[in-house]
Amino acid sequence: MRTLIFSTVAPYLTSLMVVFSIFVLLRGHNEPGGGFIGGLIAASAFAIYGIACGVSPVRRALYFHPMGLAGFGLLVGTLAGVLSVFFGVPFMTGLWAYVPLFGDTVALSTVLMFDIGVYFVVVGSITSIALALEERPSD
Amino acid sequence: MASPEKTPVDLSLAMVTDPVALADWLVIAPLVICVLVGAVLLMVRKNTALQPMIAIPGLCLLVLVDAALLGRVLVEGPITMTMGRWLPPFGIAFTVDLLGAVLTLVAGIAALAGGIYGAGDVNDSGRRYGFYPFLFLMMAGVSGAFLTGDIFNLYVWFEVLLIASFGLLILGSERGQIDGATKYAFLNLVATTLFLIATGYLYGIFGTLNMADIATKAPQISDKAPLVTLVSLFVLAFGMKAAAFPVNFWLPASYHTPRVVVSALFAGLLTKVGVYALMRIVLLLFPAERDILAMIIALIAAATMLLGAIGALAQTDFRRLLGYLVISGIGIMFAGIALASPGGISGTVFYAVHSMVVMTALYLASGLAARVSGGFSIASTGGIYRSHVALAGITLVLFFAVSGLPPFSGFWPKVVLVKASLDVGAWWLATAILLTGFLTTIAVGRVWLLTYWRNAPSDETAVAAPISALVDYLPLIMLTAIVIILGVFPQQILELSQTAAEQLLNPVAYIRSVFPTGGVQ
Amino acid sequence: MTLLVGLFFVVAVYLFLSKQIIRILLGVAILGNAVNLLIFTSGRLTREIPPILTNGSAAIVPVTANPLPQALILTAIVISFSFFAFLLVLGFRAYQELETDDTEEMRFAEPADPKLPPLGY
Repeated sequence: MRTLIFSTVAPYLTSLMVVFSIFVLLRGHNEPGGGFIGGLIAASAFAIYGIACGVSPVRRALYFHPMGLAGFGLLVGTLAGVLSVFFGVPFMTGLWAYVPLFGDTVALSTVLMFDIGVYFVVVGSITSIALALEERPSD
Repeated sequence: MASPEKTPVDLSLAMVTDPVALADWLVIAPLVICVLVGAVLLMVRKNTALQPMIAIPGLCLLVLVDAALLGRVLVEGPITMTMGRWLPPFGIAFTVDLLGAVLTLVAGIAALAGGIYGAGDVNDSGRRYGFYPFLFLMMAGVSGAFLTGDIFNLYVWFEVLLIASFGLLILGSERGQIDGATKYAFLNLVATTLFLIATGYLYGIFGTLNMADIATKAPQISDKAPLVTLVSLFVLAFGMKAAAFPVNFWLPASYHTPRVVVSALFAGLLTKVGVYALMRIVLLLFPAERDILAMIIALIAAATMLLGAIGALAQTDFRRLLGYLVISGIGIMFAGIALASPGGISGTVFYAVHSMVVMTALYLASGLAARVSGGFSIASTGGIYRSHVALAGITLVLFFAVSGLPPFSGFWPKVVLVKASLDVGAWWLATAILLTGFLTTIAVGRVWLLTYWRNAPSDETAVAAPISALVDYLPLIMLTAIVIILGVFPQQILELSQTAAEQLLNPVAYIRSVFPTGGVQ
Repeated sequence: MTLLVGLFFVVAVYLFLSKQIIRILLGVAILGNAVNLLIFTSGRLTREIPPILTNGSAAIVPVTANPLPQALILTAIVISFSFFAFLLVLGFRAYQELETDDTEEMRFAEPADPKLPPLGY
């Protein structure tokens, strides 16, 4: 699939999709979206990049191994649940903090943190599967 | 489902408002530890030297927490913790009773043994591939399945442990492993799908998935026909997981392919999760429907244990033989479920504990034996008794235990089960258990004579890799010590399993723990 | 809807019975969808009324679909998706390594004629 058009467009497309995936992740709080679907979008972005430019540039661009990303996500997600131990409420209770930022109030919560964890798990695991499928012996 | 008249909505009816004691966190702690350590290990995957250093203390911590949980359950009875403050039946509850606590502890011990053994046995490429992270994820799945109080959550934990077990199974990517993994994966997928179908119907009937909630509602339903169908579906799904007779073919096709330590963990943990889930569903939730199916379960049990033992007799590969012994052990546990008397269930619980320890130890021993004698084939190995007396002695103890000879741990649960089946007049079930013991003795005796006792075949020139150090022997010695202690001092574990059986048969405490007020709105 | 679920099951079982891994894989995908639809129907089918309390009213609209089965399906979809991805890789690897996608020919784990041990010693 290494046509000129595709491999020229792919980097821009990939970066656009990654940005969009973060947008979907953050808007997922009160509207359709969220960590899982955002992660899928990002993973398909990397898959497209892999199809266009080969697998090893993707691995270089990601810097971390995809499974390492998944592990990081798992860690973040679990910690989001564990935080509630300090507040005397059961595991996985949603905790909220309202932080004033740039004159606006930003709602931070463990729910969001969990969602970010999910995002990383999905990005990591799906990307590693997609890259494994794209990898050919000839590469 | 909602109470529409109230304005404003009174959230205290649906949420936990009291602060949660720190000690209640024990319920969730095994899971949290597994997932956290697994995540950290996943991140340091490349650093192969560091991994066992993190993993083994993590597993020790897990065992300690499991023991603490068991102690607390012993003192206080079943404990419940609900996720995210939403009260059951709306929220997901983790409820741990004695059965779950005991099995979690033993699973933790088996995993610790596997983790230590893996430090010496799994090479760098295996570690880089992720032996330890997958081990922890699998333990998260196993502990979660033992501790959860919600059926859909049970399904999720089953999937977690399945995914992790796939990863472990293809560690190394040899041809045989991929072949075995393909069969394992597809058949287990069918089993979990059946489980999901049954869960869907269950929700359709009851409108709830909380186990305690269902246990209170099940006797009120007058029309038994859909419930019996449902329970049969559950029996089929979990029977497939546990490798019971008509649906056991995936196990001998795959269990001998992965690395020894992986086989050991699978044999010790995975099938037992199926048995546990079956006990939970048929004994706690649907005792009345179980009575209708008792005869079928008993037949499955007898067929499973006999065919397992006969299959073991026919094998020429040490590890495949052990695979069949796992199956025959499952049959013996099913016998207790079929009887459903306090004696039968306590026998099953005891046997599950025994089987987890012994099968893990046997697989580890087979790995060491293969390392010193150059292979798993009974035909071409020999002379281990001459070269490694200690290994041969330990294996002999384990062989005695697995065939149920005194004074080792396999003896007592079989006594309890035989007595329980004679009590209800099921003499053929008792005969099947005894016959299985006899056949198992012959099968393992044959292995011991050929690979351990006789001299090495003269044409054998395989250079034996030396058994290096403590790392190899320590887990084996640890598990064997448990086997001997359980066999010589069975009193405590017998009492423990009897209490667990009573809790299962009379789930008042279980239900009270989930619904402290005793009321379902 | 019921007929559709039944049809899905039939197709899935038919595909399961074939020899090629890839067909079994398709069967897995269809079976997963069949189960999801099954759970979906157990939660009542209605049109586009979300069971969410709007501001100012505490009573929900009387006829809504039960949201819980839909949440269950969401979980099940995620799980079956990851399963499917894994099995796809596994099947692909099996095809590469074993050079067959015919389950009849997969005999590497269980060779047909192992060496027999001696009858005495």
